[in-house]
Amino acid sequence: MACITDKPLSLATSVDQVALEARAKSLTTRSIKTTSKRAALHLSIRCMDLTTLEGADTPGKVASLCQKATRPDPTNLDVPPVAAVCVYPEMVDYAVAATAGTGVKVASVAGAFPSGLSRLSIRLDDIADAVARGAHEIDIVLNRSAFLTGDYNLVMDEVAAAKEACGEAHLKVILETGELGGYDQIRRASMLSMHAGADFIKTSTGKIPKASTLPVVLCMAEAIRDHADATGEIIGLKAAGGIRTAKQAWHYLVVIGETLGTDWLTPDLFRLGASSLLNDVLQQLGKLDTGRYSGPDYVTVD
Amino acid sequence: MNEHLPVDKTFKLFIGGAFPRSESGRTFAVRDAKGALLANASQASRKDLREAVRAARGAQESWAGRTAYNRGQILYRAAEMMEARRPEFVSVLRQIGVTPKAASKQVDQAIDRWVWYAGWADKTHHILGTVNPVAGPYFNFTFPEPTGVVGVMAPDEPALLGLVSRLAAVIVSGNTAVAVVEGPASLAAITLAEVLATSDLPGGVVNLLTGDKNELLPWMMGHLDINAVDLTGAPKDLDPTILEEAAVNVKRTVWGDSTAESPYAIADFLEMKTVWHPIGK
Amino acid sequence: MTTEKFDLDYAPALESTAVVNIAKQYGLFVNGEFVKARGDKTFATINPATEAHLANVAEASKADVNKAVKAARHAYETYWRDMPGKQRARYLYRIARQLQERAREFAVLETLDGGKPITESRDFDLPQAAAHFFYHAGWADKLDYAFPGRKVTSHGVVGQITPWNFPMMMAAWKLAPALATGNTVVFKPAETTPLTALLLAEVLQDVDLPPGVVNIVTGAGATGQALVDHPDVDKLAFTGSTGVGKMIQRAAAARRLPLTLELGGKAAHIVFDDAAIDQAVEGVVKGIFFNQGHVCCAGSRLLVQESIAEMFIEKLKRRVDLLRVGNPLDKNTDVGAINSAAQLGRIADLVKVGVSEGAEIYQPKCSLNKKGFWFAPTIFTGVQQSHRIAQEEIFGPVLSVQTFRTADEAVQKANNTPFGLSAGVWTEKGSKILWMADLLNAGVVWANTYNQFDPASPFGGYKESGFGREGGMQGLSAYVRTDTGGRS
Repeated sequence: MACITDKPLSLATSVDQVALEARAKSLTTRSIKTTSKRAALHLSIRCMDLTTLEGADTPGKVASLCQKATRPDPTNLDVPPVAAVCVYPEMVDYAVAATAGTGVKVASVAGAFPSGLSRLSIRLDDIADAVARGAHEIDIVLNRSAFLTGDYNLVMDEVAAAKEACGEAHLKVILETGELGGYDQIRRASMLSMHAGADFIKTSTGKIPKASTLPVVLCMAEAIRDHADATGEIIGLKAAGGIRTAKQAWHYLVVIGETLGTDWLTPDLFRLGASSLLNDVLQQLGKLDTGRYSGPDYVTVD
Repeated sequence: MNEHLPVDKTFKLFIGGAFPRSESGRTFAVRDAKGALLANASQASRKDLREAVRAARGAQESWAGRTAYNRGQILYRAAEMMEARRPEFVSVLRQIGVTPKAASKQVDQAIDRWVWYAGWADKTHHILGTVNPVAGPYFNFTFPEPTGVVGVMAPDEPALLGLVSRLAAVIVSGNTAVAVVEGPASLAAITLAEVLATSDLPGGVVNLLTGDKNELLPWMMGHLDINAVDLTGAPKDLDPTILEEAAVNVKRTVWGDSTAESPYAIADFLEMKTVWHPIGK
Repeated sequence: MTTEKFDLDYAPALESTAVVNIAKQYGLFVNGEFVKARGDKTFATINPATEAHLANVAEASKADVNKAVKAARHAYETYWRDMPGKQRARYLYRIARQLQERAREFAVLETLDGGKPITESRDFDLPQAAAHFFYHAGWADKLDYAFPGRKVTSHGVVGQITPWNFPMMMAAWKLAPALATGNTVVFKPAETTPLTALLLAEVLQDVDLPPGVVNIVTGAGATGQALVDHPDVDKLAFTGSTGVGKMIQRAAAARRLPLTLELGGKAAHIVFDDAAIDQAVEGVVKGIFFNQGHVCCAGSRLLVQESIAEMFIEKLKRRVDLLRVGNPLDKNTDVGAINSAAQLGRIADLVKVGVSEGAEIYQPKCSLNKKGFWFAPTIFTGVQQSHRIAQEEIFGPVLSVQTFRTADEAVQKANNTPFGLSAGVWTEKGSKILWMADLLNAGVVWANTYNQFDPASPFGGYKESGFGREGGMQGLSAYVRTDTGGRS
């Protein structure tokens, strides 16, 4: 693998849209059955960032979310807890309290989420505040304005500053891929973020209609693979936005597994950011356990 | 006794833009209807054929690489040069037995053929090429390309028009030709060669061998560096099993119309190339 | 907690075979009916993935072929020649629809009889077959527009012989244009994969295609020979090896029989250092391992620019490690079974030659079944132009990797072969693509993609890869007799 590190990254920066999308589509034909399906469903839960990012979020709503996160199926304790809950900074205190001792981490969006368009010092304060409240993970947005004007140095400097502000907390950089214009740019943004110190790169805020797609994740996974080859650094990936069904979730697992290898199929390196996904996964598990198709009345709405 | 004893022309082969004698040293007599000697034409051997193919192969890539506009102009130039030497062509045809009226008409038609095919150089793509609506995100198009080196059995009749019609159809797209002409038609062929040699046509694009078709055809069919053979003027007493040799390198064989004026006569010596490219951003 | 590890050894996901119903014995399809071969001669067809016997199939003798040609002649003169194009089109549309409706059944049967992964027969072969009938149906009443200024007529009785690598798709490539242009057909599928053609015969009965318009004679070389040599066949079309193609060309030459040949290849797949690398890796993998490399246009020679060769080969090997070789009925299988013991022998022999010539062999770790015919995906590096594995068609999952320094060298190496079927080019530089596409001697050039097919896109080769095209407007001309189309 050393040979890959010898080559400048600029040699491999283009992405062919049609071939990339065809590859992603071909991976959706993987048929996940029986034991593989149960393993995939459990893994999707273990890798899940159960998310609520609404202006109307309240301590009560967060408490309910955290309960669901730590014990997704109260009738079946075989079902593992999710990886983290993802909330706004103001909700971090409640989330930290509600998940204490459960192993479920607290992730907070920060840095003028979801636009990222406020003064850097304010964004950094926002990050520091969330960390101070006890967040283990910080999800910030890439400065798309700077990226799209071609000011890549600024983009990287800001990510580096955010990383510093995070201290011990893990930094996830949201590329908001739906706003970047294409896969070449997604790849470039991935590379810049990883070089600047991101622990994770993440697809989307969930706040615009064009959220995570399989080809986008494939594209980012390929960038992570090349970055690892070039630097030895292992960067994680979070797919977020628009992931609602168990089937979508295991498509992501397949794409990650077949691109980055099964080493990446852990909560340390892969996350699915979602809110309604968990219930679909639970219904699928119900079907596996009982042999009957489940319905929405048989899982809790939180 | 004549004041001026005419200087008779030596009819040689036309290979790679030059006029060599056959390496075999052989000639054959061409006589008029009354038996008077018109010329001792060179009788090409298989080795002359080999040299002609080498010349044709050497010229092919750059001939095909010229713009269609340029090839069209060069074919048109051949018409100009023929027009300039019109009386000579009429006279040669009359010598080999064509009536004055028919000779005159045939020369006119032959000149016209060059002009007609010259105009096709930059139009075959229009009528034979396509953009194909494939069911996917791909731009897909098909266009004609020359086959390569084409062996031509030139029609015996009409001596000039037949040869010009076949040659023009073969070379206009970028093929190069090695044509075999037999008997009295040889005189018209070599006179044509003199026109081609002065028409900006690169050496080797057209090579003319005079001689015995039955002797040369088996070598032509078996030659691994000939891509297609025009059998339109194949000998009438052809042993059909000779044609089986086409299979040695999957040669294209063409039976055409000796005086065809048709874009499809060009198409017979074309390959269709299809290119796919994704459409994305 | 009982969480199994999720890994890439996906649990088996077998396609059900309940949808197919294989008879013990199949007859020839002549004049609209299934009939026994003379002397009731049969041969066995097996599942190459398990070597299990599937069925006995009638072996057509010379006399049987003669009957089929007679039926085709009669149908030509009685029904088909003078049927309005509009009506011929109706039959072709009906066939297309039936193939769509029964696609899964055909796909499973194709996989059972031929060994290809079900995902390919399901997602590629059958959709393509139906699309070919649908596309050509539309031409049947529009031929005047395909040949402007020319009078076109059908040939009459067409003899068609196809290979075992894409049995149904090849049947569609052959039958659809022949029927659309008003010919009747005697069709011989490959002897190792006759079953889908025979299922197609049932479809032809169901759509009420007039008897004798399509006749299907099963058998091996001798049956094919009888068809090629039959004096009442007006045109021949063959897809298969260059060796057999040359024999057919010899047979047809003296009779001046119209002929189309789609033969072998040794395609260069060229990757420049400015390519979209990860997609190029995918393209190269699809180019050589699609259908176990049993593809005439397989990208069997990778020419990679020296400046990225090491990195590219590393990525390629990593990707090939992920290929899942195994049960073709498993929906997660990427590479299925080799089509026959004979083909497996040929592949193994040439791979031995590659090793003995000094090329370096790489094969991923994969456990191959004892039963059935299997060959691991294989990459040869350090291959030189003079190696036999760089020159000869292997027709298996074997890639020969060479390097080049400049675009000129890439073209020179790519063209340095008697074949000329296809080529692939990967570069993000548009002008270079067009430059390469112009210079590569190949009937199909895939730029930044590979192994794409479509009924609207002509397919066929230069040089010893054959002549004539299949698909597109250009493909129609193989099945019509045309006048000069000009003055003379």
